[in-house]
Amino acid sequence: MSTDNTEPAGQDAPAAQADQPRHMWRIVAIWFILAAILDPLFYFLVGPHVPPGTMTDNASDNQFDFNILLVIAVPVLIAVWVYLGYCIVMWRSTRKGVPDPVGGPQARSHLKVQVGWIVTTTIMVLGLFLFGTVRLITGNGSGGGEGPNPIWTPTSATVLPVQVIGQQWKFTYRYPTFGGMETSQLIIPDHTTIAFHVTSLDVIHSFWAYQLSVKADANPQQDNVAYTETKETGNVTVRCSELCGIWHGAMFNYGKVVSKSDFETWAKKTEALTAANTKLLPPFAWTYVPDANNADGGYYPDNVDPYSNAEVYGATPGKPTPVNGQ
Amino acid sequence: MTLAAERETEVVYPDPTPPVLGGFQGLPARPGWFSQHLGTAAILAVGGYLLGHWIGNVMTSGYDNVAASGINAVPVTAGLLGGVLGWLLGIGALNYPLAKMAGMEPRPDYESTSWTRYFRYTADHKVVGMQYVIGVLGFLFTGGLLAMAIRTELLSPTSHLFGPGTYISIVSEHGTVMMMMATSVIVGPLGNWLVPLMIGARRTAFPRVEAFSFWIFTAGYLVILSALFYGGFPTGWTGYAPLQTQAPQGMMSYLVGFAVIGVGMMAAGFNLAVTIINYRAPGMTWSRIPIFVWSILATCALLTLATPTLVAAGLFGILDHTAQTAFYVTEHGGSSFLWQNLFWFFGHPEVYIMALPGFGIVAELLPVFTRKPLFAYKVAAAGMIGVALLSFFVWQHHLFQSGINPDMRPLFMLTTELISIPTGFIFLVGMGTLYKAKIRFEVPMLFCLAVFFNFLIGGVTGVFLSDVPVNVTVHGSFFVLAHFHYTIMGGLIFAFFGGLYYWLPKMTGKTMNKKLGKIHFWLMFIFFNLTFFPMFLIGLLGQPRRVFEYAHNLQALNDFASVSSFVLGASFLVFVANFVWSIFIKPTPSPANPWDSLGLEWQTPTPVPYYNFARIPVVLNDPYHYGEENPPAIADLGDGILVAAGASSPASVAEDPRPPAE
Repeated sequence: MSTDNTEPAGQDAPAAQADQPRHMWRIVAIWFILAAILDPLFYFLVGPHVPPGTMTDNASDNQFDFNILLVIAVPVLIAVWVYLGYCIVMWRSTRKGVPDPVGGPQARSHLKVQVGWIVTTTIMVLGLFLFGTVRLITGNGSGGGEGPNPIWTPTSATVLPVQVIGQQWKFTYRYPTFGGMETSQLIIPDHTTIAFHVTSLDVIHSFWAYQLSVKADANPQQDNVAYTETKETGNVTVRCSELCGIWHGAMFNYGKVVSKSDFETWAKKTEALTAANTKLLPPFAWTYVPDANNADGGYYPDNVDPYSNAEVYGATPGKPTPVNGQ
Repeated sequence: MTLAAERETEVVYPDPTPPVLGGFQGLPARPGWFSQHLGTAAILAVGGYLLGHWIGNVMTSGYDNVAASGINAVPVTAGLLGGVLGWLLGIGALNYPLAKMAGMEPRPDYESTSWTRYFRYTADHKVVGMQYVIGVLGFLFTGGLLAMAIRTELLSPTSHLFGPGTYISIVSEHGTVMMMMATSVIVGPLGNWLVPLMIGARRTAFPRVEAFSFWIFTAGYLVILSALFYGGFPTGWTGYAPLQTQAPQGMMSYLVGFAVIGVGMMAAGFNLAVTIINYRAPGMTWSRIPIFVWSILATCALLTLATPTLVAAGLFGILDHTAQTAFYVTEHGGSSFLWQNLFWFFGHPEVYIMALPGFGIVAELLPVFTRKPLFAYKVAAAGMIGVALLSFFVWQHHLFQSGINPDMRPLFMLTTELISIPTGFIFLVGMGTLYKAKIRFEVPMLFCLAVFFNFLIGGVTGVFLSDVPVNVTVHGSFFVLAHFHYTIMGGLIFAFFGGLYYWLPKMTGKTMNKKLGKIHFWLMFIFFNLTFFPMFLIGLLGQPRRVFEYAHNLQALNDFASVSSFVLGASFLVFVANFVWSIFIKPTPSPANPWDSLGLEWQTPTPVPYYNFARIPVVLNDPYHYGEENPPAIADLGDGILVAAGASSPASVAEDPRPPAE
């Protein structure tokens, strides 16, 4: 939607009398000039700096979406402000020569203005809805948590699954394709599609990888999947964006997007280094249930009945096949 | 209905019978120190609390499950409920049912002009309205002080004034107190006070229910504040479930408090809705009722229909804590999504409970200060009803990233963006009314114009939030916080103060100081924007809500917002000073109709008599006939007094346009 089909509010209100200045044309002219100047300024000067940046495909997508909304919003804001400003200046009672207002039926309603307003706002809203929906679906969920059964999935052949475990008050990351190792720092390879499987061990957290433009709530016993495709290397800030208790404000850590070869090296090395620890961890699963039989704080994977002694471990069948990050 | 037919259907009203208030015939008719008032309510509330607490302890002693659960929520819950019961008993809200149960004839209400009536249970909607004014201002200033504490803590990213537990309790308390206040901030004071006068009624439909709604509202205030004595609660005003389940005893204050306030919201809404539907004066057709009454009707529909969900959700939470049920405990078969859905199914209509009365005030005041009729009255009314209906279908936009089924997302994006169409009608109405007007910049008008400025920013950023891809970045951040402060504070609270400056001269008979009013307005308007606009940037730059530690590079913006917020807080002191000065210290009697309004509420004597109208008025036209050469009469107040534009106040004698009665 470009600037000039965003109609200013209240356009062509009751026809001006012949000896009166043509107020509506003045307002439209001021609005058009301001919008035509400010819109490109915002798009080209502010737009490239709008968060979340361009580190992943959906980060740049979401940045573009934000800028499109901004380009639509600015003329709307200007239209109302110009109109209000014009009214305040022209028709303030302290200004000399302001004619007394004329009441009567034509001041009470104006069919063309009302229908025009409703049609314009409806078109704008439906346009925004279509734009948002198309961007959401083609953007593979735009980096938002899609729940355990994602419907907008990437077509990429290789997907690196990374499990994000939220607990009071930290995030840890497990890499099922690297022996289920668990790290306290998020390291992911460049130019790779990542599937974040976000879950929680206690309360609701929200995994917000700011530069990746990924946000997915971590719910207890739910595997919330969000996709992104990395485009650049760099640092990533991870913050919890859902209130999770007293140390919510301190629940953040940092991660990195590194080159593919660096990631391979790091992952192999870390897998070997942490192998002894990994054995002590609950076996990898998509979600974990607090152990109802013991009060020692142990966790069972979700495919193990916490009330039985069955020892069936491993990832739930039917999930997308995890591919080693190559 | 033709004018002639109207005259013929005119009803002769008998002398009104006083509403039966309750109380026992044996008690003194005109109570003094030893009858029921605020003091007895406080005493019985404390007694009820202690009794309830003791019963709760007796009930649970010997139950291993409770002992092992870490906290025993039963005595707290029983104590709080006992306290609320004692409060209502002490103020006299239960007199009527108790008298009936005892087989005694309840005592009728009595007229009183003593100042003590403001501390009693009374059936007079004007007294209840004034009680509400003080009540919601107390609520607002409590929440405001907590906000000052939050902004003080956020002056520094790393050095702390409070511990994390204290900080999160303050944040939660601020949010909950403000949300509870905001549900009633206009419906309570201005709705109760004005609606019967505006529609030409002598009282509300259920005067006892109306008084009950106020006193249970104050009980809810005490209950939610009691959380501070239990160490607070860490969930914010949203109370998300697994955190709620593990939270300490302060959580019970939140759950009981919201349930108690919820009952009050339903009572207030039900009473006013029935009043508007059934108690309109003859001739007060649906196309003639003031637009403020439309907004209150839409709000009351939401209050009665949405609030039961909150009360039920709170009850589940109370049961989870006390009876060890598992509604919200995932590992025992419950669901944390259940609370989220129930809460927001209430919570989103709640947002419009807060927006609609503000629109009503703005639309009501604009014609008075522009001397023009309200533009597109029918569109405005339709928009309010449209917002009320649509608001039940948008709640899942709070759960866009939560992991609910993703195919719902486009649908809720659509409904959320659709609701901006009827919401936008208020701009059509306002801008149409301002066109070729003659704007008088009185203090109430300044607040109305500020609502348009603020709510526009709030509304436009709401569209950003409703867009799912953009929502990924801004959800749960300070962007959201800035957005809803722009809509609720920038819209509702500004409209509320506009309404107060406009109607206080009627309600109190005293003139508010104009100079202080303007200082209040400009301080509040400028520093409101300086406080909350930077928060959009803070959110976009990555600061989540409700944190007590944040990135160092955001300190400058946070400090700017904090310092501005202190001035914003101080601006309310100007209002308090104005209120105390103009009404108590140096009262100046107000003219009968200081703004030259055609509204029916201005045509009554000041102070308004107990039964409002000596004779029920016959309404002939809507009250927006400004700027006409031969304005028609608005209403017939009896004895040949007609209300018409362009004449002196309060009611002018114009030529009766109707044929003489047979």
